[in-house]
Amino acid sequence: MNQSIKRTLSVVAFAAGILSMIIALYLDITGSENSIRGQLLIAGALLVLLGLYFYPTKHHRKIINMLFLFPLIFTFAVTVVIPFIYGIFYSFTDWNGIKFDNFVGLQNYITMFKSTDYVYSFVITFIFTVINIVSVNVVAFALALLCTSRVKGKNLYRAAFFLPNLIGGIVLGYVWQFVFNKVFTLIIDGSQSMLTDPNLALAAILIVSTWQYAGYIMMIYVTGLQGVPKDILEASGVDGANSWITLTKIKMPMIANTFTVCIFLTLVNSFKQFDVNLALTNGAPTRVLGGKAIAATEFLALNIYNTAIAKNQYAMGQTKAVVFFIILAVVSLTQVTISKKREVEL
Amino acid sequence: MKQIKKFLPEIIGLLLAITVLSPFFLVVVNSAKTSADIVTSPISLPSDWGQMLINMKNVITNQNFSYWNSFFSSVVITVVSLLLLIVFSSMTAWVLVRNKTKWSNFIFMLFVSAMVIPFQVVMLPLLSTFREISSFIGIDMLSSYKGIIFAYLGFGGSMSVFILHGFVKGIPYELEEAAWIDGASPEGTFFRIIFPLLKPVQVTVLILNGIWIWNDYLLPSLMLGLNGKIKTLPVAVSSFVGSYVKQWDLILTAAFLAMIPIVILFLFAQKQIMQGMVEGAIK
Repeated sequence: MNQSIKRTLSVVAFAAGILSMIIALYLDITGSENSIRGQLLIAGALLVLLGLYFYPTKHHRKIINMLFLFPLIFTFAVTVVIPFIYGIFYSFTDWNGIKFDNFVGLQNYITMFKSTDYVYSFVITFIFTVINIVSVNVVAFALALLCTSRVKGKNLYRAAFFLPNLIGGIVLGYVWQFVFNKVFTLIIDGSQSMLTDPNLALAAILIVSTWQYAGYIMMIYVTGLQGVPKDILEASGVDGANSWITLTKIKMPMIANTFTVCIFLTLVNSFKQFDVNLALTNGAPTRVLGGKAIAATEFLALNIYNTAIAKNQYAMGQTKAVVFFIILAVVSLTQVTISKKREVEL
Repeated sequence: MKQIKKFLPEIIGLLLAITVLSPFFLVVVNSAKTSADIVTSPISLPSDWGQMLINMKNVITNQNFSYWNSFFSSVVITVVSLLLLIVFSSMTAWVLVRNKTKWSNFIFMLFVSAMVIPFQVVMLPLLSTFREISSFIGIDMLSSYKGIIFAYLGFGGSMSVFILHGFVKGIPYELEEAAWIDGASPEGTFFRIIFPLLKPVQVTVLILNGIWIWNDYLLPSLMLGLNGKIKTLPVAVSSFVGSYVKQWDLILTAAFLAMIPIVILFLFAQKQIMQGMVEGAIK
């Protein structure tokens, strides 16, 4: 096609796009309910992009760069960046999910740390996270040793151990609710369901989380263990090291990095636990603390959700979420620092 | 005795595998029983497997669950989000790697640091932002496919760009220069030369995001609602359980139906799925 025709056409497309976007925005601002205004806006934006794309210029590469970055940065800004900034802002107001009337300063934060149910949720999440890190990693490492030994049918076991990780926590939570309420009570005849006792219900969530997550962590350990050079293992065998010494003195120090990765993955994952928590116990049963009934197994993520969605306290839920974010950010920074330090040492 | 000792690892492995898989076994056998049978004997094999068809029919035609609709919605949301995510994040990663400016550095750092942000801290303002956008421009962003796919692009983007970024760096720049000299356009170079080379790492991105989007509960339950016209499978199961409390025959059948698609996928692409998820974690 002729250069000048191409240029004219792309300028026309660009101008038409701008025009239709202006009309659409005009309709938006004047509060028109005309349903065409949405389509008009999108069509306009597309025309602008097409016009830019076809415009013949020496700076074509720059235009392509912009066009390539646009979709992801736009969605990212609208779904993550803007809500994130708003979120921090709302935690200092009396926001009700739609609008806010007053700034309350740090009031939300003060109220939050004074409320027993939040402090309890904080502590119980912490306890859960610590125990879960240990149980997931111990089980996963043991399974990884089994799956890297000379056992027959390794691939079958790996797949079996990995499978629970692929099913969503919501569905698994309901399935395990059935197992705890109907199956375990029948196997141990006449026993109460674990989910009715505050401590045992926590143990139940630990069982399900470990069951669900250990297979995944196992695979990371398997990758690490397979990376230990064969000649080192052979040399230690020649020197007469038994399998226990090989494991503790050679294999484990050599995959120290894998341990760091796995522990942090489990840490973040346990701390964020939501789906299983919601479907299995939804915070139940209650525990009486200081004369108040408190949901015994409500972890932080569920506490945030219930505060905002069930109790309709949006500003409070948002404040809790900001603290939740700060903790996770600190954890991630710690992980980055540790891995950097190790890289320098190596 | 010697025989037993020789096969000890196999025996342990088998026992562990059976233990790990037993909840799935319970789901299968109990979705073939009546409610009364489940209460008296939840562990035994069902007396009549035909009951499974009856249960399934009940669940599939149920208004709250509407299996085929939910299945279809889950597939549409997952597949479209993944396709767009792969194309857009590859484009972004490529531009960010090949243009060394302080802007590209800044954008990349922004994506990386956003990986730390938990969904909980953005979910409430996200709902209000989307609600305002919907009423302002007159396009429904909350309970529609385009809205939720848009959100998945935003949330999945940062990790995808991060993983792809590392890979694009390893592709020699000479390849692109050769294409330039032959007169290829930048977009042609990207789609014909770079994009196909990214395939191995795109599989990783696809699997990581695919498993996450397929199983995600919080985002669709908040955006689409528990009883909205569009439901994903996890939301449908949850909404079903909410209205049929303790009807274990139906609940377990629903759980079974919700599990089937991903279990079938896993049987066919076991190796790729496990490898993809592990690689994603290590990076």
